[in-house]
Amino acid sequence: MSARHVAGTPSGTDAPGLRISRRTFLATGLAAGGGLLLTLKFAGRTFADDAGVAAYISIAPDGIVTIVAKNPEIGQGMKTTLPMLIADELGVEWKNVRVRQAMLDPIYPGQFAGGSLGTPLNWIPMQRVGAAGRQLLLAAAAHTWGVPVSQCEASAGVVRHRSSGRTLTYGALAGKAAALPAPDLDSVTLKRPSEYTIIGKFTGGVDSPAILEGAAVFGIDVTVAEMSYAVYEKSPVFGGRVVRANIEEIKKLPGIRDAFIVRGIDAEAPIKMGLVDGVAIVADKWWDADQARRKLRIDWSHQAVSDQSTQAFERRAAQLAQSAPRSIIRRDGDVDAALARAPKVLEASYAYPFLAHATLEPQNCTAHVTDGGAEIWAPTQDPRAGATLVARTLGIDAGKIRVHMMRAGGAFGRRAYNDYMVEAAMISKRAGRAIKLLWDRTQDIQHDAYRPGGFHYFKAGLDAAGRPVAFRDHFVTFGHDGRLAATAELPRDHFPAGYIPNLEYGQTLIELNAPTGWMRNPGGNALAFAFESFLDELAHAGGRDPLALRLDLYGPPRVFAPPPARRGMKIPPFDTGRVRGVLELVAQKSDWHRRTALPAGTGMGLAFYYSHFGYVAEVVKAGLSREGTPKVHKIWAAVDIGRQIINPAGAYNQAQGAILDGLGQALHMAVTFENGRVVQRNFDTYHLLRINESPPVEVHFLRSDNDPTGLGEPPLPPVLPALCNALFAATGKRIRTLPIDARMLRAGET
Amino acid sequence: MRYSILVNGNRRSVEGAADTPLLWVLRDELHLVGTKFGCGIGLCGACTVHLNGAPTRACVTPISGIGEASIVTIEGIGESEWGRKVKEAWLALDVMQCGYCQAGQVMAATALLVRNPTPSDGDIDEAMSSIICRCCTYTRIRAAIKRAAGLQAPETLEGEL
Ligand code: FES
Ligand code: FES
Repeated sequence: MSARHVAGTPSGTDAPGLRISRRTFLATGLAAGGGLLLTLKFAGRTFADDAGVAAYISIAPDGIVTIVAKNPEIGQGMKTTLPMLIADELGVEWKNVRVRQAMLDPIYPGQFAGGSLGTPLNWIPMQRVGAAGRQLLLAAAAHTWGVPVSQCEASAGVVRHRSSGRTLTYGALAGKAAALPAPDLDSVTLKRPSEYTIIGKFTGGVDSPAILEGAAVFGIDVTVAEMSYAVYEKSPVFGGRVVRANIEEIKKLPGIRDAFIVRGIDAEAPIKMGLVDGVAIVADKWWDADQARRKLRIDWSHQAVSDQSTQAFERRAAQLAQSAPRSIIRRDGDVDAALARAPKVLEASYAYPFLAHATLEPQNCTAHVTDGGAEIWAPTQDPRAGATLVARTLGIDAGKIRVHMMRAGGAFGRRAYNDYMVEAAMISKRAGRAIKLLWDRTQDIQHDAYRPGGFHYFKAGLDAAGRPVAFRDHFVTFGHDGRLAATAELPRDHFPAGYIPNLEYGQTLIELNAPTGWMRNPGGNALAFAFESFLDELAHAGGRDPLALRLDLYGPPRVFAPPPARRGMKIPPFDTGRVRGVLELVAQKSDWHRRTALPAGTGMGLAFYYSHFGYVAEVVKAGLSREGTPKVHKIWAAVDIGRQIINPAGAYNQAQGAILDGLGQALHMAVTFENGRVVQRNFDTYHLLRINESPPVEVHFLRSDNDPTGLGEPPLPPVLPALCNALFAATGKRIRTLPIDARMLRAGET
Repeated sequence: MRYSILVNGNRRSVEGAADTPLLWVLRDELHLVGTKFGCGIGLCGACTVHLNGAPTRACVTPISGIGEASIVTIEGIGESEWGRKVKEAWLALDVMQCGYCQAGQVMAATALLVRNPTPSDGDIDEAMSSIICRCCTYTRIRAAIKRAAGLQAPETLEGEL
């Protein structure tokens, strides 16, 4: 089951797993003021950044500890989580910790945010870094006192000699520890969970105070010396080339420094989120540049004419569904024979739209390209892929590109792409100065790597006991030149594959000329709705409790053999016992078994989804408002991501946020195409969930005895089908198309 | 054109075309970047500031229309009693995820509490539904407003650990 669940991993991150590689060593060094640097040594270079901060830990003589967060912060909380892991093992008090954001540097493994991998990849390695630091300080103290290390203990920034009660602070020991050789990371011993002082404690985000002062620096807030502002206008139809533009006229407008045509690099760029054709305007003020952009008149090439439209997609899908799928993804048993025998057969078609990420901070990047290389300030999830893209497109040595990872105002997969980065770099190069590129909201919605839409034509047969014995999905999805569009696939092991004896997944592609890509829980954010809703239909048709049917299908607790390790990370095995655990927990917390006692017009729906190693079951209680729109009363979630919640402050927030994000998708979000262009332009046509539509979300973590895994994505998918299943229970109307059309709930067919 | 405006109690002189929105004057001229850009047309509330105490969308407020009005931004809101309480509640509950919308949330919440120190859920919906949080931190925003108001905390939505 598991291979696909790391599919949302940025491809450009070929850093060597999370092991600090053999050519890189943990090393010690002496800080400027006489403190300890616990750092890395790579190819003879001992790492310290411009301010003399070590790769991981710097302890000043006054006991203040600076810990580096090596991964981008996009709102998922890694800038707090990773230093917590180090600080706990190091044995210091959190109030004495200062956190510093790393730059992109080959010395650090895995500098990306994606795939909910921050926790599983870094959980052990970061603790080991902290433990190595503690071991050094213990050794320094033991040496000072002339006693065996085993007689010493460390906590709260102090080493204590047990029998004599003597103490030395970390600050006092730092200089001496700096002279000792760093231990082998694999040899250090980690604390027992009962000894944790920071892990598991409610810990506020390290940037939160600065955010509330307006002092945190997001990508959009970067200012560098001699900086100008830039805007970049691209073809509204993907892949359009600039034929001519009124450049000379634009240059004469107030405040404009420069305007020029930029040529895209290759034909694949629009699909691959690389540099595409456009017109750049550079000004001393962004407002002037953006006002000038509105006066641009650009002739786009014939490619900028397209009849691609959502309506045409829908017609095409309905046509294709009449014939057999173009290719077979998986075939078990004999579906036709089993359907012929089945006492009950159900057919249903499901559809969901394209989605834009709509990070609240529009895409932006600051770049200064010089003869010597490039310096870039970017809110990106994948800085290494960005640097690689800039190097290739501009012909700069990747080693000469410095990337500052700026705090990002949301990402959700959007910033795993670096189109804004390569645009900023190219504009800076052409303008010969530092520029800050900023898109407006319309550009942000109209130039995205969209979550692909899709169509599922299901047919299933039930036996006399209401158990599915045959299951078919003809998945009509999107592709480009005969190849699947990014994240538009149905994995061959997607549930219920393997749990129903006769099963067939087939696929047919519709040609698409628009970029698609990772969006929070790629695949799952779409597939869960279709599969878990249809499963609910099967339960009702077979007279089964939707909970009991799921428990029945997954069967007794079993642990499947895991796939081989990836990126130095052991892939956790799929465990049906954990499925059962969260299903039963959510049923208990939501009073699922008493749902028939709910007042008329109110219903409960349930769904389960496994993704990114996380097991999540959700129940939604919903009905209709007085206006006849969906009204969600409450949502319950049971989540199993292992034995340890590292930071409850972040964990509950991520889970509630992901669930409400999914709710917003179900209720509102849709990107549509007309004449090859995206129709939506701003939040008046691309609606996001607001607080008045936001129900209470109760989250329960089931702490099974498994290594901790990530949480940013797993809670999202189940809410979509759970909501639709609840609305069915409340109204008898089955939602088979997203976003939910309230008119259909009030009147339409069932 | 040159304009003299009052920002967080300080008189500032700024240069810009008459139709330049206050948002860009604050961000790019005065380097008060805590006020954020989200939509540019008054739909998301990321740019919310106070104009004589009233929550106002800086992205659609031209600099020429400000005159003598007193502007307060996230950088200055902590000076007021309610601003301080709201920020304390925000920190205590760790409301933020990415944090990008939160200046707007704090400005709107403060304006609400000044006007109505004991807001109901419906009052909160009404005052806050114009401020989008793409990370959907709404559960904690609601709880933090109640905490700042000294009202009973909403039922706990976080299970036992
Ligand atoms: S930026 Fe002003 S309301 Fe969105
Ligand atoms: S915290 Fe990210 S938009 Fe609100």
